Amino acid sequence: MSAVARLITPRAAAIVVALLLLLTLPAWVGNPYYINIASQILFFAVFALALNVLVGYGGLVSLGHAGLFAMAGYTAALLLARGHGHLVADTAALAVTVVTAAVYALLSLRSTGIGFLMITLAIGQILWGIAYRWASLTNGDNGVNVASRPSPFGFSLAGADGFYYLCLVVFLVCVATMAVVVRSPFGASLRGTRDQERRMSALGYNVWLIRFYAFLLSGFWSGVAGLLFLYYNQFISPQIVALTTSAETLLMVISGGTATLLGPIVGAAIVVIMKNVVSAYIVRWNMVLGIIFILIISFMPEGLVPGSARLWAWLRHRWGAGKAQPAAKTGEDGA
Amino acid sequence: MMALQVSELQKSFEGLNVTRRVNLAVEAGERRLIIGPNGAGKTTLFNLITGEIAPDGGSIGLFGDDITRTSVRARAHLGMARTYQIITLFGRDTLLRNVMLALLGLCPRRWNPLIDFERQQDLVEKAEAALARVGLAHLAHRPLAETSYGERRRVEIAMALAQNPRVLLLDEPFAGLSIDERRDVQKLLLAIPRDVTMVMIEHNMDVALEFAEKITLLHFGEVIVEGTRAEVVANPRTREVYLGH
Repeated sequence: MSAVARLITPRAAAIVVALLLLLTLPAWVGNPYYINIASQILFFAVFALALNVLVGYGGLVSLGHAGLFAMAGYTAALLLARGHGHLVADTAALAVTVVTAAVYALLSLRSTGIGFLMITLAIGQILWGIAYRWASLTNGDNGVNVASRPSPFGFSLAGADGFYYLCLVVFLVCVATMAVVVRSPFGASLRGTRDQERRMSALGYNVWLIRFYAFLLSGFWSGVAGLLFLYYNQFISPQIVALTTSAETLLMVISGGTATLLGPIVGAAIVVIMKNVVSAYIVRWNMVLGIIFILIISFMPEGLVPGSARLWAWLRHRWGAGKAQPAAKTGEDGA
Repeated sequence: MMALQVSELQKSFEGLNVTRRVNLAVEAGERRLIIGPNGAGKTTLFNLITGEIAPDGGSIGLFGDDITRTSVRARAHLGMARTYQIITLFGRDTLLRNVMLALLGLCPRRWNPLIDFERQQDLVEKAEAALARVGLAHLAHRPLAETSYGERRRVEIAMALAQNPRVLLLDEPFAGLSIDERRDVQKLLLAIPRDVTMVMIEHNMDVALEFAEKITLLHFGEVIVEGTRAEVVANPRTREVYLGH
C-alpha cells in the first residue's frame, strides 16, 4: 500500500469531504438566508466548543457563559459607538472578556460541581442585570447598534457570503486550536483534573491553576464567538446575556457529546436549525427541541456523536459487516 | 537522617480526635509498617503527611525540611508519592497513559498546550519501564477499565514508582488481592531499592510483617506501641488491641 493510500483513512476522507462542503457551501446553498444560518451554526459552534473546554474536558459545568459571550459583544459595540475602529474595539473586547473570564474563574473555582454551576450562574445573572439596568452605559433593553461590519484587508463582510467565510475561518482555527490543546500535556492534565482531582494533586499538578487557564481559554473563544454574534446581528441587547443563552449552549454541548470536538458542533447545528428553520413551520418548536433532547439523553446519554459511534460499532458487530469490535467507549477526542 | 519526621501531630473532626499527638520518625531507607484496628486513624495520618488534610497542630518534616504548610502538589515535587486505599486511577485511559500522567506531573512540560502528549517518547519509555517493573508491560495499551483489581493495584504502585519518590506511602497495597497477586506485589515491594523510604499501612499481617523493619501501632489516633517487628508483636498491648489473644 502506498504512503498516500495509507493516509486516506475513513476519518481523513470524512474531514476532507466536510471541508469541501463547508468551503463550497455558499455556491450550493445559494439562498442568503440559509448561508446566514450556516454562519450562525459556525459561531455558535465556536461558543459551544469554548464551553466544552470546561464542561467536557474540565468537568466544570458553567451556566454563566452567556456573560462572557456578551461581554465581548457589548465591549466592542460600545467602543464602536464611541467612534473607535474595529481593530481597537475587537482587541479590547477580547482582552476585557479574558479578564472577565479570570474574574469568573477566581470566584467560581473555589468550588466544583453544583457550587461551581451556581456561582457561574450568579455571575452571569449579575452581568445580565448590568446589561439590562445600567441603561446609561448599555442603553438597557434598547441594546446597542453597530453601524457596519469590519472589512479586514479590504475583504467585505457586508454580504452573507463574506461573513460566512469569516465565520468559517474562525471556526476552523478554533477547531484546530481545540484539537491541539486537548491532545497536549495541558489537555491531558485538564482531563486528569476532571477524572481524579485528588490524585492529580498528589501527582504534583496544580489543579486550580490548570482549571484557571482552561477558563481563560474558554473565555477567549466565548469572546470570539460573541464578536461574531455582534457582527452578524449588528446589534446586541440584554436578551443575549440571559440564562437562556447559557442553557442553550450547555444543551448544545451535552446533546452533541461532551469532551469530543464534533459533539458541540453537532449540538450547535441542531439548536440553530431548530430555532431558525423548524420554528418557521412549527409554532411550538421549543417543544420539539425538548423532545429531541429527551430522546438524545434517553437513548444516547453520552451525546449524539459518541452515541452514534457506539451504535455504529454495535451494528457492525451484530451484522458482521466488519471485524467484531467492542463498543466505542466515550469517543473522547476521536470524534 | 530522618526521611520523615512527624511531631506532635493532631487532628480532630467536629470534636472527635482522630490524630492525637502522633510522633513518627522514619529513617531514610527504612521500611515502616503502620497497623491498627479500623478507625485507628491510619489513613488520616497518611492524608496529614501528604497534605490532603491540614493538621490542627504539630509538624511534619521531610528530609529535614518543614513541610507542614506545604501544598500536596509541592510535596510530590519534593519526593513524596503515595498510593490510595481506594483505587484512584484514570479509568478512561490506558495503563500506559495512567503512568505517563504520573510522570508528567513532575515535568514542566505539563503546561505545554501545543505538543502531542502521547508522542513524548521519553515519557512513553519511562512509563513502559515502570509498567515492566510491576509486570504489566504486556498490558500497557489496555484501557484501565478492562483490567483486574489486582492489576490496578499494581498500576497504582507503578505510578508512584515512576515518580522516583524519596518517600513512598502505601495505603493497604494488598487489599483485595488474591494469594498469587499478593505474592507478586510483595516481591515487587521487596525489590524496591533502599533509596526509597517506605511507609505502609496494611492489615494483612502475613505479607506485611515480612516487609516491616519497624512497626507503629495506632489506636484511636494515638501511637500506643512502636518498635521492631519482634518487639511490637510481643507487646501485650498489640495483642490486646490488634492481634487478639
